[in-house]
Amino acid sequence: MTLLAGNLAGRKITVHDMSLRDGMHPKRHKITLEQMRSIATGLDDAGVPLIEVTHGDGLGGDSVNYGFAAESDETYLRAVIPLMKQAKVSALLIPGIGTVDELRMAAACGIGTIRVATHCTEADVSEQHILLGRKMGLDTVGFLMMAHMAEAPKLVEQAKLMASYGANCVYVTDSAGYMLPEDVYARVSAVHEALGDGIEIGFHGHHNLAMGISNSIAAVAGGASRIDCACGGMGAGAGNTPMEVFIAVCERMGIVTGVDLFKVTDVAEDRVTPILDFPVRIDRNSLTLGYAGAYSSFLLFAKRAEAKYGVSARDILVEMGRRKTVGGQEDMIEDVALDLVRARRSAVA
Amino acid sequence: MKKIRCALIGPGNIGTDLLYKLKRSEVLEPIWMVGIDPLSEGLERARQLGLKTSDQGVAGLLPHVDTDDIRIAFDSTSAYAHAANAKALEPLGVLMIDLTPAAIGPYCVPPVNLGEQIGLGVTNVNMVTCGGQATIPMVAAVSRVQAVEYGEIIATVSSKSIGPGTRKNIDEFTRTTAAAVKKIGGAARGKAIIIVNPAEPPLIMRDTVHCLTVEEPDQAAITESVHRMIAEVQKYVPGYRLKNGPVFDGRRVSIFLEVEGLGDYLPKYAGNLDIMTAAAARTAELFAQEMLAGRWSAPVLEAAEALP
Repeated sequence: MTLLAGNLAGRKITVHDMSLRDGMHPKRHKITLEQMRSIATGLDDAGVPLIEVTHGDGLGGDSVNYGFAAESDETYLRAVIPLMKQAKVSALLIPGIGTVDELRMAAACGIGTIRVATHCTEADVSEQHILLGRKMGLDTVGFLMMAHMAEAPKLVEQAKLMASYGANCVYVTDSAGYMLPEDVYARVSAVHEALGDGIEIGFHGHHNLAMGISNSIAAVAGGASRIDCACGGMGAGAGNTPMEVFIAVCERMGIVTGVDLFKVTDVAEDRVTPILDFPVRIDRNSLTLGYAGAYSSFLLFAKRAEAKYGVSARDILVEMGRRKTVGGQEDMIEDVALDLVRARRSAVA
Repeated sequence: MKKIRCALIGPGNIGTDLLYKLKRSEVLEPIWMVGIDPLSEGLERARQLGLKTSDQGVAGLLPHVDTDDIRIAFDSTSAYAHAANAKALEPLGVLMIDLTPAAIGPYCVPPVNLGEQIGLGVTNVNMVTCGGQATIPMVAAVSRVQAVEYGEIIATVSSKSIGPGTRKNIDEFTRTTAAAVKKIGGAARGKAIIIVNPAEPPLIMRDTVHCLTVEEPDQAAITESVHRMIAEVQKYVPGYRLKNGPVFDGRRVSIFLEVEGLGDYLPKYAGNLDIMTAAAARTAELFAQEMLAGRWSAPVLEAAEALP
C-alpha cells in the first residue's frame, strides 16, 4: 500500500488539540474553567501549537438539543486565551447552529483560527462565515464533516467551494470514525492535488474502529499537514486520535510535530484522564458508531435514550446510520427510540 | 364571484408553487408574475398558465398596478430585493406578503396570529421562515397553556429543498426564526437550528420543538393543546403530522413533527417550502375576504412620487 511505501521522515505537520472542544461531548459540555485552564496550559507548555476551545457543537451549540455547557463560549475563550504562551486558540462554527455574531464575539476574544464546519456535501452554507473569518484576518479553515458519505470527486468539488470563499485550509473530517486508511488516503490526496500547495489540507479522525492513528498517518501520506488529535483521546465516541500516541508514532516515523512527547503524555495522564466521567474507549456502542457510520457525538444521547426507553443504544445508532442522518441531528435519537419502542410493541401485539 | 387580483414577484420554485395554490383560490386571482431573467422557466410557465409577465422586475409591474387593480403582491425574491419592492408597491395601496427574511412587516404564522394582522393597519406582512411556519404553532400551543421560559426548534430539511439564497445567508434563517419563536411563539427566549441533509431519496422535512416551561408542565393540557394546533395547521398543510410526543422530561416538553408538502409544483418532501407558500396563500386569503367584504384595504400612502 502506498502509505507504507511512502517515506514521511522530515515532513512537518501541525497538530491541533480537540480535547477542550470535541472532548466536551463525553463531558456533556460541563468542563469547568479550572479544568480548561489546567489542560490548555499543559498543552501550551508541551508545544501543541493549536488548541480548540468551544462548546462541543461549536459556537452557539449551547442548547437543549446538544446540551447546555457549564459556561458560555465567551467565558471559556476568555479564560484560556490570555494564558497561552505560544499556542493559538481556535473555535468551531457550524452554520445553522452558530452565526457570524458568535464568530465576531470569538474574534474579539482573540482566537487565531476559525473552523467553519458543514456536512461534506453542503459547503455552500459556509460562505458568509468563511468570508468574514478571512476578512477579519483569521486563519480560516473549512471543515467537511462526515466525509465518509461522499466520494473523492464530490469532496474535491466542495473543498474548492470553501477555498473559493477564502479558506486557507480544508479538512477531510471522519466524524463517524468510519473510514479506513485507504478511504482517507484516497480523499485527502484527491483534495490535496486539486487544491494545490497554496491550501493546507487537514484530517480529523475518530477512534471508533481504532483507526485514529493509522488514518492520520494515511492523511499525512496523502498530503495533509494539519492533524486533529485529542489529548488523552478525550473526544466524542471512542474519542479522537489520541494526541500522545500520535506524537510518539510521528517521532518514530520522523514526522516533525514540535510537540514534546513526554510532556503531552503527562498532560493526558495527569490532567485529562482524571476528569473523565467514564473511560472514553471502544465499547459496543462507540464501535457501532464507526461500524454504522453515525456521527460520534450521538453516543451519549443514544445511551440516555436507552436508559429512558429501554431500547438498546446500539439499535438506535444502527438506525441513525441507516437513516443517513448527518451531524447535528441529535434530535432524531429520541424520535428513533420512540419509533423502535412502537415497532417492538406492535411486533408483540 | 369577484376575486382580489394579485401579483407574484420572483418566478423561482416558491413563486411557482405559490402560483399553483393561488390558481385554486376562491378569493384570489393571480394576474402578474414578474422576474428579472428573460430566460426564466418560471416566467414561461406563468405565461402558459395565463399570467401576464415581465422580466423587468417590479418596474415592469408598476405601470399596471392601477389598471389591473392589483391589491396584493407576494414577494419571494430576497431580503435585499424585498426592501426595494415594498418601497415601490406599498405607496400604491398594494398589500405585501413577504416570503423573504426581510421582515419589514410584522411576523405572521396563520394559526397563531393571522386574525390580529387585520387590525394592525399593516401594508406588509412577513411569513417568517419555513422552519418558523412549521414549529412556531407548536411553541404557541405550549405557551398558551403555561409560561415557556425557552423555546428551541430544530428544522431538518433535504438538501434539494433549499435554494442558493437560503444557503448564502443561512444566518438569516436562524436569527429570524429565533426572534419569531419568542415574539409569536410566546417563549421568553428562543433558539433556532437548521440542519441540511443530502440523503437520497430526499427526506421529508422534520422538525423538533423543545420548550422549557417555567413550572412543571401540565401534561394533559399541553397534549390536548398540541393536538388542537396540529389540526389547525392541517387545514392548510394536510401533510403536517405529529410524529412523536409530546414527550415530557422534567420541565422539558419535546414535540417531533414531519411536514409533507402537497406536491403542487415542488416535490412532496419539500414540506418546508410548501408550508411557506400555503401560509402565504392563507394569509392573503384572509385579507382578501376582508377586502371583498369592504372591511379592509391597504392604506394608500402619500408618497405619490413613487409612481412612474
